[in-house]
Amino acid sequence: MIIKTVDNVQEAVNGVKDGMTFMLGGFGLCGIPENAISELVRLNVKNLTCISNNAGVDDFGLGQLLHKKQIDKMVSSYVGENAIFEKQMLSGELDVELIPQGTLAARCQAAQQGFPAIYTPAGYGTEVAQGKETREFDGKMYVLEKAFKADFAFVKAWKGDKAGNLIFKGTARNFNPVMCGSATITVAEVEELVEPGELDPNQIHIPGIFVQRIFEGKNYEKRIEQRTVRQKA
Amino acid sequence: MALDKNGIAQRIAKEVKDGYYVNLGIGIPTLVANFVRDDIQVEFQSENGILGMGPFPFEGEEDADLINAGKQTITALPGASFFDSATSFGMIRGQHVDLTILGAMEVAENGDIANWKIPGKMVKGMGGAMDLVASAENIIVAMMHTNKAGESKLLKRCSLPLTGVGCVTKIVTNLAVIEVTDEGFKLLERAPGVSVEEIQQATEGKLIVEGEIPEMKLG
Repeated sequence: MIIKTVDNVQEAVNGVKDGMTFMLGGFGLCGIPENAISELVRLNVKNLTCISNNAGVDDFGLGQLLHKKQIDKMVSSYVGENAIFEKQMLSGELDVELIPQGTLAARCQAAQQGFPAIYTPAGYGTEVAQGKETREFDGKMYVLEKAFKADFAFVKAWKGDKAGNLIFKGTARNFNPVMCGSATITVAEVEELVEPGELDPNQIHIPGIFVQRIFEGKNYEKRIEQRTVRQKA
Repeated sequence: MALDKNGIAQRIAKEVKDGYYVNLGIGIPTLVANFVRDDIQVEFQSENGILGMGPFPFEGEEDADLINAGKQTITALPGASFFDSATSFGMIRGQHVDLTILGAMEVAENGDIANWKIPGKMVKGMGGAMDLVASAENIIVAMMHTNKAGESKLLKRCSLPLTGVGCVTKIVTNLAVIEVTDEGFKLLERAPGVSVEEIQQATEGKLIVEGEIPEMKLG
């Protein structure tokens, strides 16, 4: 067994520097690495490139990094919930690369699994495909999309063990598993960290080989972006 | 009388068949789930990572770890499953999802669709729309026939940046049900009380009218 635990979030983000590229898990505010983001805000690392499906809201998630102007470039599929983002994008302070959501996942997974690039039909015939190699397979057109390269991946899981094995909960899984092992160093924060052997190996979603550092996070807010309910009849 | 958004959703619900896995986009498509017959087996997929999506939770039962692609709190029905984003788009790209229903700003008579970007306005992104339209075999667009300025949204060629090319199979609007064919927009049904002439006037692209066009049946 190889133990991956670090004592706290400070140790978990050790080595982050200005100008680095980070992957951050989550869809909207669901399943985001809250502890790592707070620490990156505190460290005030700058000129970052962040690969993440969304960009948070004004005062939560990646919005906190945007607020302190720590991000130079965002690579995302949808960024519509954030006024700070809009302001920085329109003023030219923030560079934004919008890519299809499935392509974002595939480029993460390609990095994880050692594929230099993948072909996808998404975006063919649109501005997303401009300047990219295209190719026909069995009468259908595809776009060549390259694997991402990143320095750190910050992911959030529900439960994990000290060997780095991870289990996710509900739709908080989203991009987290495909970012594990897709960067030089993968940092996993979990709500509950247990001893090796306590998690059933049959139920592991991500094996610890894809994780370099794991710690139990604190004070999860788990904010809900669109609270929708129905009335009891 | 032209349909309202619920009417469009109600008509589209009739396209949802027994045994279908269905992806619903944001807006009118989301309403379709309210009108699907309860005597057929259907599972709704949300591309952020759930199959077997259920209705909104009761107050006090919301779970921050359980949302749909519109970031709304939802529930999971018996038989539901959760998965990561690569698996989710794998089932879309691999054509395991039977039907995709989404909104649009413009559709062209060749099946091109534009629904993500208006030049000069804040661009929010395409989300999963480009993956969905590039992969699905059965794509129904739910939208109003004209925009707020009264201009047709069914065009010879899209004027806005495209989301996908040659992909839309059917369009259900407040005025009509239209099939996208190699020859152009083929009129299948009229909204109750709407004439073929009204539909013709609201359609900029080539509208094919063959024989008597029946009124939609919603129930």
